[in-house]
Amino acid sequence: MQGEDRKPKNRKQIKGLEHLAPLLQYLISGLTNGAIYALIALGFGIIYNSTTIINFAQGEMVMLGAMCAISLFHFYPSLPLAFLGGVAAVTLAGLLFERLALRPVRDQSPIVLIIITVGGAVFFEGLAMMIWGKEAYSLPPFTGNAPLRLFSATLLPQNLWVIGLGALLVLLLEAFFRFTLVGKAMRACSYNRQAARLVGIPVSRMVQLSFGLAAALGAAGGILVAPLTLGVYDMGAMLGLKGFSAAILGGLGSIVGGVLGGLIIGVAEALASGLISSGYRDAVAFLILLVVLFLRPQGLMGGRR
Amino acid sequence: MKGRMIVATLLAAALVLSLSLGGCSSEKKALTVGGIFSITGPASYLGEPERNTLQMLVDEINAKGGIKGTPVRAVIYDDEANVTKARLHAEKLITNDQALAVIGPSLTHTSMTVLEVTQKAHTPLISCAAGVGITAPAKERQWVFKTAQTDAMAVSRILQYLQKQGLTKAAILTVSTGFGISGKEQLEAQAPKYGLQIVANEVFGEKDTDMTPQLTKIRGTDAQVVICWGTGPAPALVAKNMKQLGLKIPLVQSHGAASKKFIELAGDAADGIIMPAGKLVIYKQLPDSDPQKKVCQAYDEMYQKKFNAPASSFGGYAYDAMQMLKMAIEKVGPDKAKIRDALENTKNYVGVSGIFNMSPEDHNGLTPDAFVMVKIEGGQFKLLD
Repeated sequence: MQGEDRKPKNRKQIKGLEHLAPLLQYLISGLTNGAIYALIALGFGIIYNSTTIINFAQGEMVMLGAMCAISLFHFYPSLPLAFLGGVAAVTLAGLLFERLALRPVRDQSPIVLIIITVGGAVFFEGLAMMIWGKEAYSLPPFTGNAPLRLFSATLLPQNLWVIGLGALLVLLLEAFFRFTLVGKAMRACSYNRQAARLVGIPVSRMVQLSFGLAAALGAAGGILVAPLTLGVYDMGAMLGLKGFSAAILGGLGSIVGGVLGGLIIGVAEALASGLISSGYRDAVAFLILLVVLFLRPQGLMGGRR
Repeated sequence: MKGRMIVATLLAAALVLSLSLGGCSSEKKALTVGGIFSITGPASYLGEPERNTLQMLVDEINAKGGIKGTPVRAVIYDDEANVTKARLHAEKLITNDQALAVIGPSLTHTSMTVLEVTQKAHTPLISCAAGVGITAPAKERQWVFKTAQTDAMAVSRILQYLQKQGLTKAAILTVSTGFGISGKEQLEAQAPKYGLQIVANEVFGEKDTDMTPQLTKIRGTDAQVVICWGTGPAPALVAKNMKQLGLKIPLVQSHGAASKKFIELAGDAADGIIMPAGKLVIYKQLPDSDPQKKVCQAYDEMYQKKFNAPASSFGGYAYDAMQMLKMAIEKVGPDKAKIRDALENTKNYVGVSGIFNMSPEDHNGLTPDAFVMVKIEGGQFKLLD
């Protein structure tokens, strides 16, 4: 068959790098998934900073982003529009979720709010199952499908999109918090709510904004990864948990920590499934979560921000 | 508000009672056929067409005056691919619904638990799942039959094909569910017979979304072909990942991927993939001399008309189960033990999934010929041999 005569030549070319070849491939795979986990982890962090609660519906925002973009693309086949439309729709969902489910009970203890977000996650998943059914859907890659060669490894243009756009979003987020008035106000709220209120910052508006921002980040992650992994109504739960592990590993609320946590977990997963056994893939993220909670509960970048 | 709820509940209860009493007092008691399928949940792609098909056939039988004048009632439950639910539904079908026979479940592991219940209750069960252990050994599975081709046949069919192509080294990549484990066992057991050496043996989770690590390992071996055993979206991702890695050796998928949905999900990565499939997917390309062509066409047209979607081989399992059950009841009447004997003696029934010849030693009755090898070209299945 066709593959037979080609194979031996290929193998000779990479002989010197034979041991390194798979490692680079695992790294690419890990960084791609890790970039998505990082975006989700940042969503956890932003909401934690403004409210001190964990929003377990964060993973569902990723799923909603992917599914909305896929639907939009079916109506009007333009990827940039599907991307922006998907992010906009999910941002709205995040804002509404905060307004309708969390604000009415904002004076309750954090644990009550956290349980509400768990309920929210179940609700979003059920809603998605009713809208889109149980089938998986695909989204075409942003640019082409021809694999690129990088030394001994191969990657798709979509891998570059995920890593590149993910990095850009993180930079934009950092700039937003550092240089804009609204961003600074949000940071002020996270340092000290009482003091922020005293200087005239509308705290509840900042909380709402943080939900919108987190939803937008999650949605962007979902749309970026959809061409690689397909979109299904129940993809959110696992991604949410991985993102949560990443957030804890990096230190809740820290941007650098979230990114680092996401990338570490992504790469650890890929290495574990490549070098040990693919059965350990999901176990790795949660093993890391447990180890961090035992040894360093504040995370890598935790402590004071 | 509370009072109203109670009234409503009482009303509903009264309604149910009167309905069930009414059913009992009617002159001709309907024959009850039970169905347990994974209509929702991860295996809905199996259960949904199976449910549709069973209901469609029962409606058609009743429109033609029932089986020998007795109407048929289908009681269908959804097990959501959950073993516990499947078992509960089986018990309900036998004790509450007085089912004459049960069709389903859709999956191997749900079938294994349901058959314990139906065996004890001496009720015929016609499973729609692939696992070879459901009906083998047939001596211990007196009351169990199945219409889906076993994975052992799919494996023999693939290995025959690879041997003809002169391939001797394969990498296998299987899903960690019952379907994948059974496929893996069969591949490992049968490969030596066909002179095939398994040089890599990898596994993936049903919901995994990135198989590049496993495929990278396979790339480092001298495999000439990759055999992937899975169902649902994961096999489509394997195809995509192989393209991503620039892995140019041929990919063979199992019959679990033989559906239009697979082609849709894998996109242009689907081109060139080889797999065994039931004849339904390519019945239009069969020669007219093939006796299954007519059956497949009739089923496909009937299904299209009713559900506005193409028929799938999965629905075909329920089709064959109901047709054979109908033939058995027509022959011997509504008696569980006699129905079992009649099912066991089914000979030359030309179905959607193959030509069935049951015997006391074989409660599936199919041979590897029930599969054809197909190749995906330009988004279409093409008959290979």
